[in-house]
Amino acid sequence: MPVTEGTRPRGLLLRILPPGLYAGRASAIIERSMLSYSRGWLVFVSGVLEPLFYLVAFQIGFGRLVTEVAGPGGQPMPYVAFVAPALLAASAMNGAVFDSTFGVFFKFKYAKTYDAMLATPIGPLDVAIGEIGWAVLRGGLYAVAFFGVMNVMGLVTSPWALLLVPVALLVAFAFAAIGMACATFIRSPTQFEFVQLAVVPMFLFSTTFFPLSVFPGPLQVVIQFLPLYHGVELMRGLSVGVLDPTMAGHVAYLAALAAFGVFATSRRLAGLLLR
Amino acid sequence: MVEAKALVKRFGDFEAVRGVDVHVRRGEAFGFLGPNGAGKSSTMRMIAAVSPRSDGELKVLGMDPDRDGPRIRARLGVVPQQDNLDSELTVRQNLQVYGRYFGLSRAHVRRKAAELMGFAQLGERAEDEVEPLSGGMKRRLTIARSLVNDPELLLLDEPTTGLDPQARHLLWDRLFRLKSEGVTLIVTTHYMDEAEQLCDRLVVMDGGRIAAEGSPSELIARFSTREVLELRFPPGEQDAVVAVAGGLAQRMEVLPDRLLLYTDSGESALERAYARGVRPLSSLVRRSTLEDVFLRLTGRSLVE
Amino acid sequence: MTAPAPGRVLGSWRAAWLRVEGHWIWYRRYWTSTLYSTGLQPLLFLVAMGIGFGSQVEPGAATGGLSYLHYVAPALLVASAVQNAVGESSFPVLSGFKWQKDYVAVTATPVTAGQLLGGQLIWVGLRLSLAGAVYVLIAFAFGAWQGAGALLVLPVAVATGLACAAPMMAIAATTYDEGARFVSLFRFVVMPMTLFAGTFFPVTQIPGALRWLAWVSPLWHGNELARGVALGGLEPLPAMGHAAYLAAVFAAGGLAARHYFYRRLVI
Repeated sequence: MPVTEGTRPRGLLLRILPPGLYAGRASAIIERSMLSYSRGWLVFVSGVLEPLFYLVAFQIGFGRLVTEVAGPGGQPMPYVAFVAPALLAASAMNGAVFDSTFGVFFKFKYAKTYDAMLATPIGPLDVAIGEIGWAVLRGGLYAVAFFGVMNVMGLVTSPWALLLVPVALLVAFAFAAIGMACATFIRSPTQFEFVQLAVVPMFLFSTTFFPLSVFPGPLQVVIQFLPLYHGVELMRGLSVGVLDPTMAGHVAYLAALAAFGVFATSRRLAGLLLR
Repeated sequence: MVEAKALVKRFGDFEAVRGVDVHVRRGEAFGFLGPNGAGKSSTMRMIAAVSPRSDGELKVLGMDPDRDGPRIRARLGVVPQQDNLDSELTVRQNLQVYGRYFGLSRAHVRRKAAELMGFAQLGERAEDEVEPLSGGMKRRLTIARSLVNDPELLLLDEPTTGLDPQARHLLWDRLFRLKSEGVTLIVTTHYMDEAEQLCDRLVVMDGGRIAAEGSPSELIARFSTREVLELRFPPGEQDAVVAVAGGLAQRMEVLPDRLLLYTDSGESALERAYARGVRPLSSLVRRSTLEDVFLRLTGRSLVE
Repeated sequence: MTAPAPGRVLGSWRAAWLRVEGHWIWYRRYWTSTLYSTGLQPLLFLVAMGIGFGSQVEPGAATGGLSYLHYVAPALLVASAVQNAVGESSFPVLSGFKWQKDYVAVTATPVTAGQLLGGQLIWVGLRLSLAGAVYVLIAFAFGAWQGAGALLVLPVAVATGLACAAPMMAIAATTYDEGARFVSLFRFVVMPMTLFAGTFFPVTQIPGALRWLAWVSPLWHGNELARGVALGGLEPLPAMGHAAYLAAVFAAGGLAARHYFYRRLVI
């Protein structure tokens, strides 16, 4: 398929993947998403407002029930400041998983968006990368908005906190890639219950709302395997400027997850296509 | 069975049905023939007692649909234009659940479902979900479902639109059987062959009005000739022929892609045409159909 | 000549009940797929918020001197009933009109649009009762209840859920898009209501000028009733007020839904 030949040097993906699977035009998918999204601005605004509701609820509500919690490094911190970075990580996860599983499945099965796309030189991997890229991009926008709200509420106390935004992108990337790989297994909408089954407990128990020490010993080990836990830890440390070497481990875990997700997605798509 | 006088249906400013008179007798198969948007479906929905009339009179099974909707619907079978089966239930469950809405006992519904699956040739798929069934199977199931209450009057809105020829013939066969069992059928269609196959009597609808009424053969005899000669020409040459072809037949229709010459003998008309130097790309002599009737009545084709 | 058709017209309650029967046949096939959202999710929240977050909360004035688990358990049941009810009254109802079109199929039978709506509401009520009963039992195992009053939380939760289901069905009957409207509604109305209507913390912590937003929400009335019956300390007059408010919202929503069901199905 000489689609891209001569127009630009073939990238790594173009060389290792079977032609027809990838045409190097994932950006076209992102453009489509932006176009369709620019009309659904209300959905976008509501996506920005949702974490705001949570933050306010924690500021005026939960934060008065629990005034102080043990934060990174053991020093006590206000409950809102404890929860805010974790909520940022969780919303990066939620948005990415939603876009890459339900969003993709809906477009695939009901809106038939991809049928039309795949009739052009665009291949399934363009779709995959485009959708993951879009999920990350959107996650980034939300993260910036969220970070702004945190700033206004006086929850940002360290210059290191600026790194919350790139970390949010990493979290979104990892979960979008994994979510997309899972989406290739989904056959009917009822199976989204399984996605929920993975996401909600992770949201609730990745030390988002209370410290790890609350869990009994053996459970603490289990919690530390959860992907979101690493995102939360990373963000909470950065938000107060308490850095330690384990952060490299958190980043590595998330990066590995993202890599595995992309790998699994392309393998699955190739398999589905060649069948 | 159905008695309509000056029946009107308006949606806001738009008048979908503009004064329709029909009289459907027990045991006959009655058709509404017309293109999309002619007002057939709106008329059907009023007869099905799910759409209140805007004006005029309507009696279905001797009752007023506005007042006795549920009592009428209890004795009707309805096959809507689009299948609205419960895709998450099995074939059997679709029939049983629907039957219960008619107040039928569980035992009766169970018996009836088994019988209808045989009738619709779906016995082997009884425990399968509806979702993966083919279009023809879904359509047969919708028809089977409409029979679950042993209706006296069966309303079919475009029963075979979107089906392949084989599935259509199978469906027609089932409908013939129903008719021979004494069920009154009312069918809407924009397929002239379907109308000719199924209907004892029909009305041609256009723009919300009835353009003509009669049996298929009556209508053809009244509004068309015995035969039709179809002539095709290379692009651009048809206009020149139109000028010389006048008088070759009793009537001529000019379509974008061909000329239709209405005559009692197509062959002799073709000979006369050749004699005048007309050299068509291809020619075809055929019998008149309801399509020709429609063309005559409205100046337009049925299926565009 | 056919024999007269055996179909007949049914009483309204009977017709609505036949709809419930239809839902039940669906449920028997698909109950496993609803286990998570109706069964497990409320329990996860109970564990995370009641026990996990609650471990950080000192019993004090805000919780009426109770442990946070005792404080939050009744309200969590009501809040999850509301979320379930709204979920069951949005996309599934729109699907009946638009995608699956089962409402169109049903109204071609002697069953009317109003009876169809009644059946849908009864069905939602039954689903809420079932999920709530499971919650009550498991919360009991966690020691979240203080006394037998907990049993009364269940009807309160179902009533509050239905009070939200009825207006939601009216909205679903006037929705013609792909349901994007619901997503906004969940985010702008249901989610804030869950957070701020006294489920997790007293509404007195909300600034006075905004407190009325909690007061108009059915969930706050449900929460007040639920805490009242589970923990005691509810005066008869406020109790009647809360119940009357829920009944009024249900009635208004139900009448609107009935109007819009007819408008959409009988055209």
